[in-house]
Amino acid sequence: MALSQRAVAEGRPGPDFPELKNLARPVSLARERTLPVLPALADLLPEGGLRRGSTVAVSGDAPRASRSEAEARPGATSLALALLAGPSQAGSWCAAVGLPSLGLVAAAEVGIALERFPLVARPGDEWPAVVAALVDAVDVVLVHLPRHVRSSDARRLVAKARDRGAVLVTTGGSKALPADIRLSVLSCAWEGLGHGHGRLRARSMDVVVTGRGAAARERRASLWLPAADGGVEQCLRDPLCMPQQIAQTLG
Amino acid sequence: MTRTLVLWCPDWPVTAAGFSADEPVAVQFANRVVACSAAARVGGVRRGLRRRQAEARCPGLQLVAHDPDGEARAFEPVVASVEAFCPRVEIVRPGVCAVATRGPSRYFGGDEALAARVTETVADAGGRAGIADGPFAAELAARGGRVIAPGQTPSFLSSFSVDVLERPDLSDLLHRLGIRTLGTFAALPPTSVLARFGADGLRAHRLACGEDERPIAARISPPELDVSAQLDPPVERVETAVFAARGLAHQLCDELSARGLALSCLRVEAETSHGETLVRRWRLEGATPLALAERVRWQLDGWLAGANPHAPTAGLILLRLVPEEVLPDEGRQLGFWGGDRALDDRAARALLHIQGLLGPEAVTTAVPAGGRGPAEQVQLVPWGDALPLLCGSARVIRGQIRKEREMWPGRVPAPSPAVVHGKPIRAEVVDERDRPIAISGRGAPSAEPAKLSIDGEPWTEVVVWAGPWPVDERWWDPGAHRRRARWQVLTADGTAHLLAVEGGRWSVEATYD
Repeated sequence: MALSQRAVAEGRPGPDFPELKNLARPVSLARERTLPVLPALADLLPEGGLRRGSTVAVSGDAPRASRSEAEARPGATSLALALLAGPSQAGSWCAAVGLPSLGLVAAAEVGIALERFPLVARPGDEWPAVVAALVDAVDVVLVHLPRHVRSSDARRLVAKARDRGAVLVTTGGSKALPADIRLSVLSCAWEGLGHGHGRLRARSMDVVVTGRGAAARERRASLWLPAADGGVEQCLRDPLCMPQQIAQTLG
Repeated sequence: MTRTLVLWCPDWPVTAAGFSADEPVAVQFANRVVACSAAARVGGVRRGLRRRQAEARCPGLQLVAHDPDGEARAFEPVVASVEAFCPRVEIVRPGVCAVATRGPSRYFGGDEALAARVTETVADAGGRAGIADGPFAAELAARGGRVIAPGQTPSFLSSFSVDVLERPDLSDLLHRLGIRTLGTFAALPPTSVLARFGADGLRAHRLACGEDERPIAARISPPELDVSAQLDPPVERVETAVFAARGLAHQLCDELSARGLALSCLRVEAETSHGETLVRRWRLEGATPLALAERVRWQLDGWLAGANPHAPTAGLILLRLVPEEVLPDEGRQLGFWGGDRALDDRAARALLHIQGLLGPEAVTTAVPAGGRGPAEQVQLVPWGDALPLLCGSARVIRGQIRKEREMWPGRVPAPSPAVVHGKPIRAEVVDERDRPIAISGRGAPSAEPAKLSIDGEPWTEVVVWAGPWPVDERWWDPGAHRRRARWQVLTADGTAHLLAVEGGRWSVEATYD
């Protein structure tokens, strides 16, 4: 693969296979730098995927809103699981630390391969060591940060993730971990539930992405998360474009 | 061919769980039956059935959870009593062990006498002994408690179905080709078998012919290689010894794979501070570090835990793993775009490290299981215990969850909640006039819910809701009977909860975060 890449890059003379080049180039480069995410989330992220070595913070509250807990909107857990689903489907290992009440059926529905998704539910005070060990070995580590994180721990973990090419996805209140990308839930609304009838069918969610470097430009997107089958879909405001099942429910 | 005696304990998982063959018992793992007692088999229970199918076929069926450690632990005394006849016992898996009979048969006066003595010794465990040429035929002979005369093995094997080869893909294909018995399969010329079914098919063919799985020329003598760990201070707890053993297992596998070898028989040795030496042999095919560590864990468990009359009198000071038999490693083809296998190994090593840090229960993995509530649809098992069942791809597991869902009418519908509270959180729900809401025996609520308070926090308004969805589960079993009603509610702050009422008490079962 490396040879053919070099040949392509140097433009070495020889038979020209434009189709073959197009097939080969994105695969090798994308695999090296970024981890793929689900198609519905690709527009949200600056490079169309999770850049290896980066840190992603997922939270329910808006980026520049007041910090009080009451402001926190739901949806952060689902959003974090959706981020993990793409790499997991592509064959990467993911892991979750410090989330004893993670809904694993929801994780499977959004597309995470459970056999490559080990959980360390209660790491206790050892959590920096646990996360460091996981960052060494798996591609994406989902961490629920405790309320207080020592800045030395935070710096060490971020540096280790950058060094090993793993992605740290964090949830939880602590802002001690400097994140490259911040995903926040702006608003969300459930569909399908009525006054004593129906059931929760899908949730539309507005997500805003801020960050540093390539992610400095703010991006927004509307998603169905979870969609009717538990997965993720892009949400178009036009009711005609709603997923068929939901449109039927709403009449 | 080595004359081999195989001791086979029928339905060992059932016996190890402490039940007799007359009770209808099934051992289940991940919602599938993995073993059942003779009485349950009469009732129509088979391996591989779902729990509910099994219960439907055999009313009054008792279900127990699969416990490989317990099975191995219970098998240790059986092995010890067989060892009285011959020191070189190889454990194939809990419930089956093999002995080469050449020496002991001469000493005890023939194969029949030896088989009778062994059967008599292990009568408590319900074991049966069989002798034939080679371990494969001997295990089949053990099922009938027979002794096959030397040279008669091919004709003994010829009437068995090809299913006994334990190669589901191959036997399925053979059935469709009209080859139903080992005899007809053995009659095919080996060169054609190799051309049509590959190397694994040829090995199956050799078994069907009553020969050894591998030709003698293909065997290699094991290298002078052993890995050992000095344990200081002496170890008396199983967990501590297991942790050391896991490191050794990885080391041994690395050493062997660097030489292009794979393990097929492992000797586990331990020494105690009183100078006792414990030795056991395990036969295993294509050992991964995890499978190897599991065997060692079983063995240490058998030695150190439980009521074992041969238990060592002091702590272990030395643990040693020695390869007894090795095969050339045929290896595994790595994926073209990079080694996923390497990734798996790396992850397994890190998880092992964390298990060493926090204890083996701390790292879990989810296995699909049957149930109606979001917490019941998956089962968390310690990492490393569930690997054989998790070999399916993500698509298979998702399919499995979806299929299980179809089996459980009244389950909570998809999309599932992203937060499932391990211990339901106490909640209170009242109607508009602040009266608590009651649900009648027929599942009708006394009023519409208006306000919700979770764990004593301030009231929030309930905007929309659905329910109650009454569930009456396991009413036939007074100990496990549960009656509850579930609600989905959406509160004013945009959070959706799955609530459950049981015995007049409300709780938050899960949150749609």
